[in-house]
Amino acid sequence: MAAGNFEKYKSNGTLLGNLLEWFDARFPATSLWKEHLSEYYAPKNFNFWYFFGSLALLVLVIQIVTGIFLVMHYKPDAALNAAGVPVAFASVEYIMRDVPGGWLIRYMHSTGASAFFIVVYLHMFRGLLYGSYRKPRELTWLFGVGIFLVLMGEAFFGYLLPWGQMSYWGAQVIVNLFSAIPLVGEDLSILIRGDFVVGDATLNRFFSFHVIAFPLILIGLVAAHVLALHETGSNNPDGIEIKANKDENGIPRDGIPFHPYYTVKDIVGVVVFLMVFSAIMFFAPEGGGYFLETPNFYPADPLKTPPHIAPVWYFTPYYSILRAMVWNFFGLDAKFWGVVAMGASVVIFAFLPWLDRSPVKSIRYRGPITKVMITLFVICFFILGYLGTLSPSPMGELISQICTVYYFAFFLGMPWWSRMDKFKPVPERLTMK
Amino acid sequence: MKKILIALFCLPLLAFAAGGGVHLDKWQGSVADKAALQNGAKLFVNYCLNCHNASFLRYKNLLDLGFTEQQVKEELMTTSDKIGDLMQVAARHDEQKLWFGAMPPDLTIVVRARGEAGAAGAGADWLYTYLRSFYRDADRPTGWNNVAFDNVGMPNPLWQLQGQQILNPESHKLELAVPGQLSQADFDKAASDLVSFMVWMGEPQQEYRRKLGWFVLAFLVLLFGVTYALKKEYWKDIH
Amino acid sequence: MSKQGKMDCGRRRLIVATAAVGGVGAIAAAVPFVASLLPSERAKAAGAPVEVDIGKLEPGHMITVEWRGKPVWIINRTKEMLDTLPKLSDQMADPHSDEKKQQPDYAKNETRSIKPELLVVIGICTHLGCSPSSKFKAGADEGMPGDWLGGFLCPCHGSTFDFAGRVFKAKPAPTNLEVPPHVYLSDTRILIGEDKKEA
Repeated sequence: MAAGNFEKYKSNGTLLGNLLEWFDARFPATSLWKEHLSEYYAPKNFNFWYFFGSLALLVLVIQIVTGIFLVMHYKPDAALNAAGVPVAFASVEYIMRDVPGGWLIRYMHSTGASAFFIVVYLHMFRGLLYGSYRKPRELTWLFGVGIFLVLMGEAFFGYLLPWGQMSYWGAQVIVNLFSAIPLVGEDLSILIRGDFVVGDATLNRFFSFHVIAFPLILIGLVAAHVLALHETGSNNPDGIEIKANKDENGIPRDGIPFHPYYTVKDIVGVVVFLMVFSAIMFFAPEGGGYFLETPNFYPADPLKTPPHIAPVWYFTPYYSILRAMVWNFFGLDAKFWGVVAMGASVVIFAFLPWLDRSPVKSIRYRGPITKVMITLFVICFFILGYLGTLSPSPMGELISQICTVYYFAFFLGMPWWSRMDKFKPVPERLTMK
Repeated sequence: MKKILIALFCLPLLAFAAGGGVHLDKWQGSVADKAALQNGAKLFVNYCLNCHNASFLRYKNLLDLGFTEQQVKEELMTTSDKIGDLMQVAARHDEQKLWFGAMPPDLTIVVRARGEAGAAGAGADWLYTYLRSFYRDADRPTGWNNVAFDNVGMPNPLWQLQGQQILNPESHKLELAVPGQLSQADFDKAASDLVSFMVWMGEPQQEYRRKLGWFVLAFLVLLFGVTYALKKEYWKDIH
Repeated sequence: MSKQGKMDCGRRRLIVATAAVGGVGAIAAAVPFVASLLPSERAKAAGAPVEVDIGKLEPGHMITVEWRGKPVWIINRTKEMLDTLPKLSDQMADPHSDEKKQQPDYAKNETRSIKPELLVVIGICTHLGCSPSSKFKAGADEGMPGDWLGGFLCPCHGSTFDFAGRVFKAKPAPTNLEVPPHVYLSDTRILIGEDKKEA
């Protein structure tokens, strides 16, 4: 549906009506509303997996709002206060104790960080199940991968701010990854830190990135993601293009207006999500040591590494892949290849639209090969994630190497295995399950 | 497919239950026990606050434990004369560094930092074990060592209450060589009260947080009811 | 699919119910955010009552102490200073301190103080919050008009106050300077910020 085809608001003669008409003549209020909500036709068979897009948007809003209020009290300062505690670390406890309602806002933000990755991972998995990245939605997918990358950066910068032991040593390790890049690596990691070790300068610039730069990019990418989606229309669990079958008014026969149908449905999803979110936030805000890691309750100590450090859970699959690389190739050391593998494991998602050569989009009409490949991929992803939380061990290394090989084989082999499968005939019209 | 996913979600949680290292005695106390918390607060002020800080806690917070303002001012305020002040020691950090080799850590949230096993209450169990595991060791500069924290820098702060333990070289068990002011059972209770206080101190609003949580969940159930009915009402048209 | 304009009663009722319950939730969710804007425990601790020793405060002199981040003046007024007060009453905007919130009841008197010679007043102009400067010398010596009997001048917008912190008529400041709650703990010690001696 092209923009601008919507009729402008016509006043009914009342004062409010005149005001609305005046406003709508100067701003595309009606057309935005219609184009993206009341006359955006979405397939009527969205299932459980389709909640996570709107939930990701909700979590983004939660993070921005809570973040705005946290910034009012947080201080990015690595200097020690009168009690010998870094000011940044103390300011987080200040929020937790002295600021009225501060503990709730902080727990919303810390729980929200993990919730963000949970919903985004489930949202991406949905794309994998139903081939949502396939033509014509490649660009929507690419913006999505961009969101994922920026989100990882945002989370990484944010994790330094509490200035606890995990914040500090996590940042230390990740920034040192850049030093693996041949020739410029050392200088690059100094450029990122602004110091020879992670220090006050690093804390301040990460704060700036976390509260200004990356949120701005994130919001821009989210807007692009949604606009691109609304240009092509949504995919669905059947992987059928509903626009191929329109009625005499040009409305897809299997489409229903997003508003009110999916707004009321998504609100139910939001409430259920908030139940889970609240249960964690009020009863287990540390998330069993996964959402708030225990060593991070010690202030950063540049002289003492904690006995066991691991990234937060949402980074651990890639961290495992990093650690799995222990071989030197082509005269470059294992550290370099670890960084390359880790980077590739994230960026490779961007190539899915061109790697998948299956004649059908949805897993519903694909055969056993796809189902086995995807199941194994999920298992490998979980194993890698789990191993990434543990200290290195010979057994863990071997398993993570096997999983890493499969991880890449899944993507790189996709042009072949996605074609080899048996396929079921795709129906003409949507099926309601 | 869904079952596999659920199983995979649970896997890491199970694996964490089996942690290695020192055997930890279970802390049996509760942050709802006001009498224990009051006793723990007094022990903390008398035996810990001389060297350690609780620099995120205010004396005022102790009123939540059922102390009166007068009690707090007369019995507990050792480092300040203002009830709104933070519980910080006057000892200077550089002097402490000389005496102990390092600055004694701030104890306000140590119970949360010590939850290494990731399991609920692990930090409290560790502290409860640690406080009762000091023994005499002539090889250490302070004359003390600890089973739960090998080569610990801190001497046993509670030795007058507990007495002096030694480590039996054959059985590797702790034995009480010189009795203290308290019987073993009373000392265990005192240690438990002290840990209760430290658990409370780690997050003073934790009881309120859980209580509020039930209200929020109850509200969300109600909200779910109306939103679900609304969704059903709209979607009855869609076939 | 329902046609536009047609909305049955049950649906309308459910929309209202959802909006009502959701609205309550939204308000409840806003509470911690609004609360977080209030003074924190640290700010409250810093705003705790302040004890001041006035044993060494000579007649005719003034000391400034900080309470809640504001300057509080304690002025030991001489007899000459006090004598100016009745003379100026008819030039004052509020000569009898009728504006209730500008002083506690125990300071609603001729000298606006508990002890006649000792004035305790917040040194913040009631106009826009500048801190007035002291112009204790009578006459034009300190750049004041020739008939000046001594008092305070706000440098920002020229409001003038007498030795009881009363504002002159036809000046930008609307009310007299505020007398904070205070109490004498002993002859030489004042507690500022609290009325009652602690038990």
